[in-house]
Amino acid sequence: MRQVLEEVAVRNNTDIVTARNSVRTYAKQMGFGLVDQSRIATAVSELARNIVVYAKSGKVEIAKLNEGPKKGIEVVCEDNGPGIPDIEQAMSEGFTTGGSLGMGMPGTKKLVDEMNVWSEAGKGTRVTIRKFLK
Amino acid sequence: MERIPVLKISDFLIVTIQVALDDESALKLQEDILEEIAKTKAKGLLIDITAVDIVDSFMGRMIRDIARMARLMGPPTIVVGMQPAVAITLVELGLKMTGVSCALNLEKGLLMLKEMVEAKEREERTLEAEETEGYEASA
Repeated sequence: MRQVLEEVAVRNNTDIVTARNSVRTYAKQMGFGLVDQSRIATAVSELARNIVVYAKSGKVEIAKLNEGPKKGIEVVCEDNGPGIPDIEQAMSEGFTTGGSLGMGMPGTKKLVDEMNVWSEAGKGTRVTIRKFLK
Repeated sequence: MERIPVLKISDFLIVTIQVALDDESALKLQEDILEEIAKTKAKGLLIDITAVDIVDSFMGRMIRDIARMARLMGPPTIVVGMQPAVAITLVELGLKMTGVSCALNLEKGLLMLKEMVEAKEREERTLEAEETEGYEASA
């Protein structure tokens, strides 16, 4: 079962803060500890920033997962931006086209349990991250 | 936009971040701090992040850059009060805070900063003394 809890529109810097605070609140409600709350919120902050930097606007959808023994949080960060030409390259440390440190994508992967990246040139990008309650 | 106060207490500038900073406010803070260093001739900078519960790669880089920029101008910087969850996340994220001095809390940070400033002043005095000696010898 997947239950959508909230959808946050991401268009500017302030929305990044709104999105990560919202995710943190839900993670806390679900019973995640302080460290996991920080990991999830930080991951969302990285992905929401990518939306603002590369696609200008998009959305962050926060959902609760309850699939048998697997309970947790799922966050989908989606935009209709230019897309990622080479996902493998984007997932490697130090690679950036946005003037950052190039650690957002590879770093985010280390903070969550599952991360899926879908992207198509000219259509957009959708990054899904999941963190399960242990 | 959030505006973070930069306070001068004796020779030090103290910045306490108590709200979630968006990117723009963080950049503004960076500028404010460097301007205050020039204006007040502060000898040291202390950034208190006790209340900060999320540090992503942008914010981490910002803190690191402030420390590096302040160092270029002169004053050493100490970052104090990083929460355990923030420290864990930053290391897992892979952000290197090379060149940033940290302390557990405000009290320890102030002591450390005092020592750093004193060491710097001793070094400066030694350099000055050596220069004077050099002049005398050549005169």
